[in-house]
Amino acid sequence: MASKFMNWVDARFPATQLWNEHIGQYYAPKNFNVWYYFGSLAMLVLANQLLTGIWLAMFYKPSAAEAFGSVAYIMRDVEWGWLIRYMHSTGASFFFIVVYLHMFRALLYGSYRKPRELLWIFGCLIFLALMAEAFMGYVLPWGNMSYWGAQVIISLFSAIPVVGEQLTTWIRGDFVIGDATLNRFFALHVVALPFVLVGLVIAHIMALHHVGSNNPDGIEIKANKNADGHPADGIPFHPYYTVKDLFGVGVFLILFCGVIFFAPEFGGFFLEPPNFTEANPSVTPEHIAPVWYFTPFYAILRAINFEVLGVPAKLLGVIAMFGAVLILFVLPWLDRSKVKSIRYKGPIFKGMLAIFVVAFITLGYIGTQAPSPLLTTIAQICTAVYFAFFLLMPFYSAIDRTKPVPERVTG
Amino acid sequence: MSKEGVDVGKRRFLTTATAAVGGVGAAFVATPFVKSWLPSARARAAGAPVEVNIAALEEGALVSVTWRGKPVWVVRRTPEMLETLDEIAPELADPESKADQQPEYCRNKHRSIEPAVLVMVGICTHLGCSPKYRPEADGGQLSYSGFFCPCHGSKFDIAGRVYSGVPAPLNMVVPPHRYEGDSLIVVGEDPNQGGEEAA
Repeated sequence: MASKFMNWVDARFPATQLWNEHIGQYYAPKNFNVWYYFGSLAMLVLANQLLTGIWLAMFYKPSAAEAFGSVAYIMRDVEWGWLIRYMHSTGASFFFIVVYLHMFRALLYGSYRKPRELLWIFGCLIFLALMAEAFMGYVLPWGNMSYWGAQVIISLFSAIPVVGEQLTTWIRGDFVIGDATLNRFFALHVVALPFVLVGLVIAHIMALHHVGSNNPDGIEIKANKNADGHPADGIPFHPYYTVKDLFGVGVFLILFCGVIFFAPEFGGFFLEPPNFTEANPSVTPEHIAPVWYFTPFYAILRAINFEVLGVPAKLLGVIAMFGAVLILFVLPWLDRSKVKSIRYKGPIFKGMLAIFVVAFITLGYIGTQAPSPLLTTIAQICTAVYFAFFLLMPFYSAIDRTKPVPERVTG
Repeated sequence: MSKEGVDVGKRRFLTTATAAVGGVGAAFVATPFVKSWLPSARARAAGAPVEVNIAALEEGALVSVTWRGKPVWVVRRTPEMLETLDEIAPELADPESKADQQPEYCRNKHRSIEPAVLVMVGICTHLGCSPKYRPEADGGQLSYSGFFCPCHGSKFDIAGRVYSGVPAPLNMVVPPHRYEGDSLIVVGEDPNQGGEEAA
């Protein structure tokens, strides 16, 4: 009966074929470790954001007069509204935790290398869209940090020569940030960018399943096939990795729910204190800092306080900040190492990666702090390290002493 | 697809012509979507000029009004404040106000029409925060009276001129303004402008 029904469907829609290509017969390397949880967890958080976001949109009012009050209404008066809102706001931070770890996994095991360049680029585009989505989402509660954060980020565009001022007016839809800005950010956050994100995620997964997953050894399992034509070191995604990922989901949800229930503001890191007062154009918070996931890039923006060759410091800072994200796109062509995985890379790469991680985390910390001469100097050093990691990679990765790579995956 | 008996040149011409006409059409269709993001008629009307009466403004005091949603400050500076304008010059990035951050009629030492009365948009030129007014030198942050931005530590003198070596790149903005009589300032209109202004 069931098979008869599937035959009827398959003659009209490739349901079985899709299932086999992407789940049932998708052979993934058998040596995935803990780092490989974060891809599926990112999908889980995306689903959480879409579901809770749709529900929040049922109660939220996207107008400067009503937005702040409607969030308070969701938190206090809507049945279970507090939980849906905290799932969404905590989900935003966890999205970035998961995505940063997912990207770090790619750095560790060379998952961006040939033939996965487009897979990596789709991933970078997802990161970029996610940052835009998170920024606009943070404006919607119309708290004072929403307002002044938007003020700082939108005025970044005024650094662009000639058209900068008009561009910022066009983005705001007014001479100041106001109702027009909030209303369009709502449309972009709720309709446009989610479409873009979901589309990019589909492209990301299609590219992944076309080239096959990398693994901690950084070797191609398709090079060694069984008599039946499947990779000898591969196992079907279902049931092996669906079950493994379910375990990861369990651990993740314990942590996620722990934060939602016990520390949804996370000490001011997930929801900043000034955002509990309504937007006020005439009162600047004493210290404007973005949410934690933007602070490394914000610290880079602030670190550039000098002009070079007549390019003003402000424009240079904006270029450095966007450059720090955009440089990720060319990573596949910067790495000239003979091997992909850190397991077989030499001491120079390991050392560079270690100081890169220290510099990135330090920048993230400095971005949360008020500026001071000492912190600015440290931020400048860390910014130099950040860019050196990428820009010097063609040299140090080529001369590094690598270890021989095994034929088959190891444990 | 077989190309036998096909006029390839004609096909290429028609393909290019169709794509070009379609592209122009797409650009026209894009116009309303892009232009709808500009300030609406309502927003432009809200950007109309505002009047400030400074008859009761005491020396050293600051009054803030809102013009186009931005704070506009009017400060009646004391003679002591005006004296600092010369001594502070070496510490400034643009002491002569060369950058276009003020109307031509305010491109002078005190950056104002009346030497004592400063009219200025109270927004830091770094990233748009609102600096704090410091009528007295406060030793730690400012060695003269002026404005200090708490966001990223930018410093301005009592004419809104930026110190060198701070994140803000430019002097603070002096908006177009004119006097009607001795003590009524119209913010948003130039001195030679009467009544209406195209916002």
